[in-house]
Amino acid sequence: MKATMDKRHIQNQLAAINRLNAKDETIIRFMEVCGTHTHAIGKSGIRQLLPDNIQLISGPGCPVCVTHEQEIEAFLSLAARENVVIATFGDMLRVPCSRGSLDEARGEGARVKVVYSPLEALSLAERNKHLEIVFLGVGFETTAPLVAASMIKAQKNGLKNFSVYSLHKVIPPALEVLLLDERVQLNGFILPGHVSTIIGEKPYQFIAERFNKGGVIAGFAPHDILEAIIMLLKQRNDVKPEITIQYNRGMNADGNPAARQVLEQVFVIDDAWWRGLGMLKNSGLRIREELQELDAAKKFGIVVKDYTEEVPDNGCACGEILKGIKLPGDCALFGKKCTPSYPIGPCMVSSEGTCAAYYRYSQYC
Amino acid sequence: MTAEKILLAHGSGGKLTQQLIENIIYPIFKHNDGHDLLDAALMCIGSSRVALTTDSFVISPIFFPGGDIGKLAACGTINDLAVSGAKPLALTVGLIVEEGFPLQDFKKILVSLKATAEAAGVSVVTGDTKVVEKGNADKIYINTTGIGTVDDGINLNPKNITPGDLIVVSGPVGDHGMAIISQREGIAFQSPIISDCAALNGLTEGVLASGGILCMRDPTRGGVATTLLELAEQSQMMFEIKEDNIPVRPAVTAGCDMLGLDPLYLANEGKLVLIIKPHKEREVLTALSSHPLGKGCEIIGQVTAEDKKGRVLLENSLGVKRLVSKLEGPMLPRIC
Repeated sequence: MKATMDKRHIQNQLAAINRLNAKDETIIRFMEVCGTHTHAIGKSGIRQLLPDNIQLISGPGCPVCVTHEQEIEAFLSLAARENVVIATFGDMLRVPCSRGSLDEARGEGARVKVVYSPLEALSLAERNKHLEIVFLGVGFETTAPLVAASMIKAQKNGLKNFSVYSLHKVIPPALEVLLLDERVQLNGFILPGHVSTIIGEKPYQFIAERFNKGGVIAGFAPHDILEAIIMLLKQRNDVKPEITIQYNRGMNADGNPAARQVLEQVFVIDDAWWRGLGMLKNSGLRIREELQELDAAKKFGIVVKDYTEEVPDNGCACGEILKGIKLPGDCALFGKKCTPSYPIGPCMVSSEGTCAAYYRYSQYC
Repeated sequence: MTAEKILLAHGSGGKLTQQLIENIIYPIFKHNDGHDLLDAALMCIGSSRVALTTDSFVISPIFFPGGDIGKLAACGTINDLAVSGAKPLALTVGLIVEEGFPLQDFKKILVSLKATAEAAGVSVVTGDTKVVEKGNADKIYINTTGIGTVDDGINLNPKNITPGDLIVVSGPVGDHGMAIISQREGIAFQSPIISDCAALNGLTEGVLASGGILCMRDPTRGGVATTLLELAEQSQMMFEIKEDNIPVRPAVTAGCDMLGLDPLYLANEGKLVLIIKPHKEREVLTALSSHPLGKGCEIIGQVTAEDKKGRVLLENSLGVKRLVSKLEGPMLPRIC
């Protein structure tokens, strides 16, 4: 019964999209920034239901995908240390660099444990005092507060064998870079609901104010995404680009100030390297000096020196795919040499990676 | 990069498992292609048709909501016999135990295994125990081998599947997989998800008697998706399923949404996937739903003669159709 109702609602939404669509069928390109959106769009087949001229382009919102290859090498160096156990979200396991992946390192005896939460890594440290537990902090504003909370807890409990290798990133600077790149042609953004539950709508205002583009913060069900598209089309027709919230049931306009406070307690904003986008000013979260005993990079002397953008000699187009300049199908490796079993680029690894979502869900009939 | 070593993904039941079996294991054992494509080997001993199968259990956690490794070890092998059309008769039990394992847990597991087998009418007839040094095994591993007899006339080879046949599941899918994941990862649901771990031989005997069963499988590792892909490949037919018709408990759906998993790929330990003759639909569904383990049965799709042989097509709730892909390695929880 519910499915029938949902279906009717979706049909109505699609009809609205057709009504609001450009009469001359100009190409309209909206970017979904978040990997969870990419996955949801792929799984539900929304792309196939939209008019041909409305294109959904996937952005740089999969944290695994924007992790630099040198960082994967750093993970492997950490994993090679005798007493170290790497605790990581599963997505990171199979991302390859020239020296292999954590998964392969595990096959060779490295201690790598998949966890679902940094708190799980913390309890691993509590139970194994003779081992050094290093949590790989990869993620955006959604994940970072929980990592920060686990670090505060570790400090409070005097836990000496727990540390975090922080590669956390914040989303808005990446959007700015995309908007400044004239190769990236966009009419608006479907903005990430989860990230926005923390940061609220304010950090996106520059999109409308400086770049004259619209953005809708959206939830992750198919009807949420379609609603966001309707809202973006209305903005386009009214020539009134602004940042609005579709995901009202999940967030406040101001986000979650308490979570941001926890973030501030642990991290400072710093420059960070994004695969495909390069070094972005003020786009990363570095662990504060006061907490350096919990900073795995400091604790184990990991310095990533060479951040020059890898020009992949293997033909991988992840960098351009992350910017929405290329689609997975434009990459010569996609689905041939590069598959989820043997991924060459990171976008093929995480279920939220653009290539993985296209590979899994684009075989339509 | 090609993996030159065994990875965990080789044991996930997905693509790499299949490659390992087809490229390495079959050639070594020179497995001939004329086998019956069943979960058990069928052979004749004297004038009797006999089914033989084996399975090893390395699950963690060893105790989970709805069962334990002992119950699972009994059910897994009984079910492989049952879906091959056999009446399971006897089990052997091989135990590999880690030094330091609590005797109390050891007993509890064996009692559970015995009780499960006994309730299914199966005897545990012989066994073996080995203990390895601490750290060389994770608590306890169990292998069970099972033997059963197959009545004359029973032939559940997937090659019998033809266009128009119906695809049925015996109840909600993904319970076992989600029960294990939530226990392993300490995720609490309002109403805990219980594994569906159960011996299915009672149910299979009942449905076989109803006639119209062409093929049966228990969709364990790799879930319903993997089982359907295997059957589609073996029968060289195309399967079309409707997402809306696949029964999934709301808590399992919620867990999957949270963790980025797909219930179609989650393991089941007490469910059947059946391919049935369309004119026997009523008889089979009656036989299924009159048994406690088949109450939630549903027709989820149909076999077609479309040109995409060996593929499974899924129509989602928005009416979009896509091909179901093989599981590529273990399902990875997502980051955000």
